Amino acid sequence: MSPTDEPRTDGGVSDFETVAESELTSRERYREALDAMVLAPARIVWSDWRARISVVILAGYVLMGTVGVMVVTEPSTNQGPRLTGAFRTMEHPLGTTSLGQDIMSQIVHATPFMLKMITAGAVFTVGVATVVGTLAGYKGGRTDSLLMTFTDIMLTIPGLPLVIVLAGVLDLQGDPYIIGVLLSVNAWAGLARSLRSQVLTLRDLEYVEASRLMGISTPRIVSQDIVPNLMPYITMNFVQNARRVIFGSVALYFLGILPYNSVNWGVMMNKAHYNAGAAASPAAFHWLLMPMLAVIILGLALTLFAQAADRLFNPRVRARHTKTVSDADGDEGDGDETQPTGVIN
Amino acid sequence: MNYVFKRLAQAVFTLYAVVTLSFGLIQMLPGGPADYLRAQMRQQGGTRMSAEELNRRIEAQYDVNEPIHQQYIDYMASVLQGDLGESVRHGDVADVLAQAIPWTVFLLATSLFLMFTIGVVLGAFMAYREGSRFDLGSTGLSLVLNSTPYYVVALLLLTFLAYRTGLFPTGGHHASKLEPGLYPGFVLSVLHHAALPIASLVVTGFGGWALNMRGNSIRVLGEDYLRVARLRGLSESRIAIRYVGRNAILPMYTNLMIAIGGVFGGAIILEQIFRYPGVGWYLINAIGQRDYPMMMGTFIIITVAVLLGVVIADLTYGWIDPRAKGGASRESY
Repeated sequence: MSPTDEPRTDGGVSDFETVAESELTSRERYREALDAMVLAPARIVWSDWRARISVVILAGYVLMGTVGVMVVTEPSTNQGPRLTGAFRTMEHPLGTTSLGQDIMSQIVHATPFMLKMITAGAVFTVGVATVVGTLAGYKGGRTDSLLMTFTDIMLTIPGLPLVIVLAGVLDLQGDPYIIGVLLSVNAWAGLARSLRSQVLTLRDLEYVEASRLMGISTPRIVSQDIVPNLMPYITMNFVQNARRVIFGSVALYFLGILPYNSVNWGVMMNKAHYNAGAAASPAAFHWLLMPMLAVIILGLALTLFAQAADRLFNPRVRARHTKTVSDADGDEGDGDETQPTGVIN
Repeated sequence: MNYVFKRLAQAVFTLYAVVTLSFGLIQMLPGGPADYLRAQMRQQGGTRMSAEELNRRIEAQYDVNEPIHQQYIDYMASVLQGDLGESVRHGDVADVLAQAIPWTVFLLATSLFLMFTIGVVLGAFMAYREGSRFDLGSTGLSLVLNSTPYYVVALLLLTFLAYRTGLFPTGGHHASKLEPGLYPGFVLSVLHHAALPIASLVVTGFGGWALNMRGNSIRVLGEDYLRVARLRGLSESRIAIRYVGRNAILPMYTNLMIAIGGVFGGAIILEQIFRYPGVGWYLINAIGQRDYPMMMGTFIIITVAVLLGVVIADLTYGWIDPRAKGGASRESY
């Protein structure tokens, strides 16, 4: 868990390291960084069956959103007969809508929008939570109490009603990034709170104290010594928030609250339910079912990923039967001593 | 005492922030609130109203000439007095919501109670039989159900149990021919109508609680004080409830407070799907009809309900965790 190797406690006079560093070509250094930051975590992820399944599914969705969009023709009216059932014909494997649009092509062409939206939402949540949580936890004092009061307020305002009201008042265009951020407007608060309590533990660890004594600047300590330790927890929450955004957005599209300018899964469900009465008429049921499956499978993949991440990174789960787990924080104090930080950092 | 006071002050401040936010949002409406009101009145009164008549009526409802801070104070004052404005379609917003909110709270409280109870009991059993086939099966089931959105389950239930088979009604909160009152027929009808919305929330919700409880119980089962309790010869049921259960539920209590807000969001969507005229039903319809007073009123009412829930949960926290009564902050790190 050595913080960084530049400002050293020995004043940086060790000959061995200087020699070794000068011989490291930039290419080797890139490879090393790649190995530490991408390959090693990837290997760890791959060792867990949950993670393997979820990575395969997620890769499938990404392929659908990139390659699939080019392969499958764009949905248009009268592509085929009206309301063909699913798995009846080869041309329309998932059936058609009441306007003769191919359901599979609708689902495929909705994917890029969904992926952009959930990425935007998750990045926003995790970004704001990390900044607020670490700042409050590390600085303490007045900064802490101000930030936490604000966080607590955001935490208690009911999220979905707030999003619904904002969507109703603001003049939104159907931009996936803006909608993703809107859906996460107060989702960061819970994460910020739990990150803060982890930072409170971390900031008193010996090596952080050492960095402080050496006069390293606060932003540097936070970004190099503190945040890397939180990465596993942040990763897990990134995935969970992606799932939250997708569930929330599909619900709101389904109810026709969010604006849209291209097809997406929620809008498909809306049309199937409210225009074709899919709940009442069996002929249109597949129209409702297929986008639902797209949402469920994506949701399941994200859940599995979060579970796997928890299992891999969470020392409590790994050592759950050993009685040495020092955990007074109950619910959320996972990110401390025994984490395999080297893996991510 | 100190702790309770702090939480209450925070709740009041949150409410203030939400009302301010809603005032700000109304100001941000395209063309401002007065323009909006004018359009609504024109729609309502047809062309019979002259321009002066319109302006006079708008000024009666909304003083556009006042400076913004005065408008803000007026708005605050009227909200505090329970005046949430007039909805064009439904009349007085506060009246409408007052009769709608009990239905929503009924849905919510029942669902939350059921999913929490089922989750805790199931999770405890899973932890006691850790590694068994029952544990693996329940974990898998909880995972799958928990990663299914509640509205998907709602739509499936609506399709198969309401429309296809007719076992359950497809809308409303009680059979329309019944007079409201506390007699068995009416209560049964209410339960019959609420069954599907509640089921959708509970089916998709209990899994998360069960997994949480399972993890916590497994952790508690490894603690030293349990061995001591066994050595003291305490009965197994006493250990399971007083020692394991209590300590495992404790960390979940904070989540319960957060869940109140989350379940409210769920209820809003479910009410629309099941055409259940609660607060959420009015909120969604208000958005479709651009009925801003109704929209903001609903938002404020929902926030108040969530805040009340959180405060109640906070006050009862001391009941299951005696440490919180001591007044010390329960943030432990």
